[in-house]
Amino acid sequence: MNMKITRRGFIQTAGAATAAGLIGVPYIALGASKKVVVVGGGTAGATAAKYIRMADPSADVTLIEANSNYYTCYMSNEVLGGDRSLDSIKFGYSGLGKHGVKVVHAKVTGIDAKARVVKASDGNTYNYDRCVVAPGIDFQWDKIEGYDEKVAEKIPHAWKAGPQTAMLRQQLEAMKDGGTVVIAAPPNPFRCPPGPYERASQIAMYLKQHKPKSKVMIFDPKPKFSKQGLFVGAWKKMYGYESDNAMIEWHGQQEEAGVVKVNAANNSVVTAFGDEIKADVLNVIPPQKAGAIAFAAGLTNDSGWCPIDLGTFESTIHPNIHVIGDASIASSMPKSGYSANSQAKVCAAAIVAMLNGQEPGTPSYINTCYSIAGKDYAFSVAAVYRLTEDRSKIASVSGGLTPGDASPEVFKREVAYAHSWFNNITHDIFG
Amino acid sequence: MAYKTLTRAALVAGLAVGAAFSATAADEPKTMMGADAAMLSNTCAGCHGTNGNSMGPAAPSIAGLSPTYFEETMVGFASGDIPSTIMTRIAKGYTEDEIKAMAKFYAGQSFVKAKQSFDANLASKGAKLHDKYCEKCHADGGQSAEDDAGVLAGQWTPYVNWTLADYKAGDREATKKMKKKLSELLEREGSDGVIALLNFYASQQK
Repeated sequence: MNMKITRRGFIQTAGAATAAGLIGVPYIALGASKKVVVVGGGTAGATAAKYIRMADPSADVTLIEANSNYYTCYMSNEVLGGDRSLDSIKFGYSGLGKHGVKVVHAKVTGIDAKARVVKASDGNTYNYDRCVVAPGIDFQWDKIEGYDEKVAEKIPHAWKAGPQTAMLRQQLEAMKDGGTVVIAAPPNPFRCPPGPYERASQIAMYLKQHKPKSKVMIFDPKPKFSKQGLFVGAWKKMYGYESDNAMIEWHGQQEEAGVVKVNAANNSVVTAFGDEIKADVLNVIPPQKAGAIAFAAGLTNDSGWCPIDLGTFESTIHPNIHVIGDASIASSMPKSGYSANSQAKVCAAAIVAMLNGQEPGTPSYINTCYSIAGKDYAFSVAAVYRLTEDRSKIASVSGGLTPGDASPEVFKREVAYAHSWFNNITHDIFG
Repeated sequence: MAYKTLTRAALVAGLAVGAAFSATAADEPKTMMGADAAMLSNTCAGCHGTNGNSMGPAAPSIAGLSPTYFEETMVGFASGDIPSTIMTRIAKGYTEDEIKAMAKFYAGQSFVKAKQSFDANLASKGAKLHDKYCEKCHADGGQSAEDDAGVLAGQWTPYVNWTLADYKAGDREATKKMKKKLSELLEREGSDGVIALLNFYASQQK
């Protein structure tokens, strides 16, 4: 996580960045070309493309994305629980077109940072003044013995939404009453920290209604997890947590509870303790790293994620390339959809300023993350973030969790606000 | 720059206060405050919609509100005087100047009325109740922002309903005038009256 900032006066003298008198700021002059290439059309990439165009209609923005649709990871747990259709988390790119973003469906195969060229599988090359890389996550396939891309075609991770989500839902529907669902939770850092526990909740909600003799077991290499108190409270109220009839079990007090091996042949997992647990439905969420193109373009450090300037999201490895969303090291923001959306806007504003020969302004960031744990029962974590004057951290200046002793009315309202958040943020990104 | 935030009293008195509700811990490095209006306001879009027009079903639209109403509400959230699921946690993260900048930004956006279902008969009953109990402060059928009160016409129904419930329960303090009118309404019309009003506000979609 060591970040060496070696370039550009304004970054090194960040404390004085708002003061006048910056000398030799190396931004290109007004009237120069404003070509931006965005690599990846998920939450972060699509937001950045749209907001650059909204702030500067003279910017030439091309977004390159392999898939013609994007399935949001957020709310995909509601698809597993049965309250939501897969189609409702599917988004296309026609909305971005209306904002003047040129959308190209191709796979980016490489980025030449020196020549400022993106190469794509359509055989074309795309020149840029500023490049935004938003590849999301990839999996560390070598970390769990017996679990790889091939096995994931039968034993889903469902941590990139779409067909994987559909597969896991089908398996849950096909499971007999009295079955065991096993979730292998990933180590930190990973996409959507409360996600595995919301998933367990949504699956338990489905089972309680349709297959009440069944249960969900989580095996976790982490001794604590996001919104733990709120999840445990919800599980006790709704799913008999820690009782004889518990529909959710969490095994994670010691890191050896984590899954180290998958036996695909008999649908079981083995923990670091050596215990083998047989599952009727198995969901393995592997350890994660930045998306593949971040590695191909040399934007990652030893951690497997991308070091950046926290105010502009410009890579500290390759100038003129910005990395946003899950792939970036945006400490201390969580890898969430709202973080990605917010980072994209900070990055977009910085890029527009730089393209117009101006100094980027003071950033402001936000994250709100809802978890729907059951019927009429959701809670959230929220925070407003600011850049520290030494640019070492995106620090939370306010925020917090839904109080654990909140009234049923509050938990109920948060469900409607969670759904509002989903409708608004997806429209903000793709609309 | 010192991290400032404000209380309702300070706002009313037009004073800035230096004390923070919850600034970063003393040993943390200082944070850069004073972001511009668009930077600040765009962070709200995830919950309140791009440029402040919410897609619903519950989160309120904040486009076109009066700056005074916006500021008072944010200050009320920050101080805890106004209850909220999450805004009480978020509002503390902005300085007085930043709240003013956001208020101005959103006042400059056009409020788009929500498309939502309603019952026409209840709506026409609600129209009469609105004229009798609400119109004086929420003028023009609840559409006006110029009276520095909340915009009701075309606002998302669950939000209006819950806000009224908070007033009714005493969790949110109403002005003297509103307290009187609301209790008269509830006394004479009961919760049916509230439902009629909600249908009236939902019926205004143009």
